[in-house]
Amino acid sequence: MKALRAFWSWLREVSGDDAYERYLAHHAAAHPDRAPLGRREFFNWRQATAWAKVKRCC
Amino acid sequence: MAEWGKRIFWLGVAALGALAFGGIATARGEPINAWWLIAAAVCVYAIGFRVYGAWVATRVLLVDGRPTPAVRINDGRDFVPTNRWVVFGHHFAAIAGPGPLVGPTLAAQFGYLPGTLWILIGAVLGGCIQDMVILFCSTRRDGRSLGQMARDELGPVGGGAALVGTLMILVILISVLGLIIVNAMKHSPWATATVAATIPIAVLVGVYMRSIRPGRVLEGSAIGVALLLLAVWGGGWVDQHPTLRTWFDHGPLPIAYAIMVYGFAAAVLPVWLLLAPRDYLSTFMKLGTVALLAVAIIWLNPVLHMPALTPFVDGSGPIFAGKVFPFVFITIACGAISGFHALVSSGTTPKLLTDERDVHMIGYGSMMLESFVALMALIAACVLEPGVFFAINTAPGVVGEGAQAVATISSWGFPVALEQMQELARQMGEATLFGRTGGAPSLAVGMASIFSSAFGQGMLAVWYHFAIMFEAIFILTTLDAGTRVGRFMLQDFLGNFVPALGRTSWYPSVLLCSALVVGAWGYFLYIGVIDPAGGVNILWPLFGISNQILAAIALCVGTAILVKTGRERYFWVTGLPLAWLTAVTSTAAWQKVMSDDPRLGFFAGANDLAAKLAGGVLPPEKAAVAPQLIFNMRLDGWLTVLFVGLLWLILADTGRVCLRHWRRSSAAVPAGGRA
Repeated sequence: MKALRAFWSWLREVSGDDAYERYLAHHAAAHPDRAPLGRREFFNWRQATAWAKVKRCC
Repeated sequence: MAEWGKRIFWLGVAALGALAFGGIATARGEPINAWWLIAAAVCVYAIGFRVYGAWVATRVLLVDGRPTPAVRINDGRDFVPTNRWVVFGHHFAAIAGPGPLVGPTLAAQFGYLPGTLWILIGAVLGGCIQDMVILFCSTRRDGRSLGQMARDELGPVGGGAALVGTLMILVILISVLGLIIVNAMKHSPWATATVAATIPIAVLVGVYMRSIRPGRVLEGSAIGVALLLLAVWGGGWVDQHPTLRTWFDHGPLPIAYAIMVYGFAAAVLPVWLLLAPRDYLSTFMKLGTVALLAVAIIWLNPVLHMPALTPFVDGSGPIFAGKVFPFVFITIACGAISGFHALVSSGTTPKLLTDERDVHMIGYGSMMLESFVALMALIAACVLEPGVFFAINTAPGVVGEGAQAVATISSWGFPVALEQMQELARQMGEATLFGRTGGAPSLAVGMASIFSSAFGQGMLAVWYHFAIMFEAIFILTTLDAGTRVGRFMLQDFLGNFVPALGRTSWYPSVLLCSALVVGAWGYFLYIGVIDPAGGVNILWPLFGISNQILAAIALCVGTAILVKTGRERYFWVTGLPLAWLTAVTSTAAWQKVMSDDPRLGFFAGANDLAAKLAGGVLPPEKAAVAPQLIFNMRLDGWLTVLFVGLLWLILADTGRVCLRHWRRSSAAVPAGGRA
């Protein structure tokens, strides 16, 4: 059960499923004075920046 | 006592590895099974990782616990300290592409032994070391890219060579991958319908993740994967339908044009619509299927029907020309050592590392796993009867069609019957399997027979098209991501001369640069399709040479950094693989340019065809395309010269930098003063 939970949280993190929660945590710690991006804006921004460099190989 | 236990364990691993290697190398005449290869591989990887990899990390690179860029900068965007297993997953998903599946399949024409040896030895001493050293160097330099490091450490010449090399390899890679899926889809309504369905499925997933449930990656991917499996089944239904099947039944040229249009669209459209969702699907599909293949092979332990060595080691091979040295080392690039990995190991992964000591597990370990994938592909190819393997992988221009092909292949000592091929094609749900060159279809046949034996008989056609879909989806992902990256690189480069062209969101520049990139690979794809000898014969060696030269550039950067940072005693860690790659690529390039054999040498091939054309001995359909083929072979010859020129230029630059450093350090430190 513990292993399954660890796998699930690994899968969420590696696929980027929990990226917004992580961003909120980081934002609250680093910039508590500013409002964070909304879920949709964050996801759009994240996708746009991820694909401007070599991300996949042969 | 624990120390003794450990020693005995590692002695056991070494003994088992030696035994397995001995068994593989001395088995002649009687077929061996897959466990021998897997046992040898696991032992070689264990020792390579635990002994050599760990030694290089701790004694040569001197990894320590200093804060990584992710920890120091931690901007929540690019630099994010991330769990090591998550970084491992990201890194492995990034480096594992179609290369390690295709290369070993083609190299099986030499038998299983040369490919196996090179995959194992090349990975532990070359590929893993390259990936780890570049990952380490980039981590120590705030995640700088390979091109930037080449410029910083070697100078503008090295930096320029790395940029040109990267762009060229992208173009060649995309064209050869495109050719491979064209060969899987030509006149196959089932495969074409299934692959075509992946595009609307990706768009649907993209819309879901952007608008319906923003950022829910796993939900979207689960829906997409379910739809993909449905598309495999749906393709079979289309294939049975009398009118629908004609919509998806096309010759190679229309499919090639469709792929070019697709590549252009993916480079120009917003990423959320097509590229990103397709990548999620392809990553899940890829990792899932590779894991399934590994489980099936280990469980089933299939017998390898391919001999250890075939007569084609002398250079007479039908799939591609050239002797086992140097061409097995060119054909299997990814899986043993791949220059492309240096692009991911620098720039992206270093910005996520939480602990520098993890370069060993992530850099060395991921490449080891990739090498294991290559070994799986080799096993899947060697499980086929050799006669069947050659019938699928040899172009009609080389062995003729149907009965003629069967007679020719049988005459080589690899018996195959026409009825056998027809029955196999019927089982796989295809009209014919003859001349489906490029490796993907024969891999799919191998995978289908393994999967159906392991997970249920009678589903061969579904498994075959599942395997085709699995290969096509991530070949297309490499194709569209590569076209987009090529567009960015070209814009960046042209921006040096015309600043407006460097603006990545200015539409005229976007359209122009995307069209230039698609035009470049589209040209090679077109030539590959019209070439009666199959095109793979020309394109794959060219791709291998360019990928190995990129690896050599990365190793040059690594060697220069080792020397400049006081690790010159250990320069051979990257210097030895560099020397080997230099020998291999230079020999291969020399033969491709200078050989008198028209199948091997580009210029000899062009001259031979020109003489035949002038003599009027070509049949009309060949004469029609001959001028284009002649031009292309000459172009490929000059490209090869350019690649090798780049390599030697950067080698000379590395030598200059290292010598200068040695001279300075010996002048600064009196004799005997340096330990």
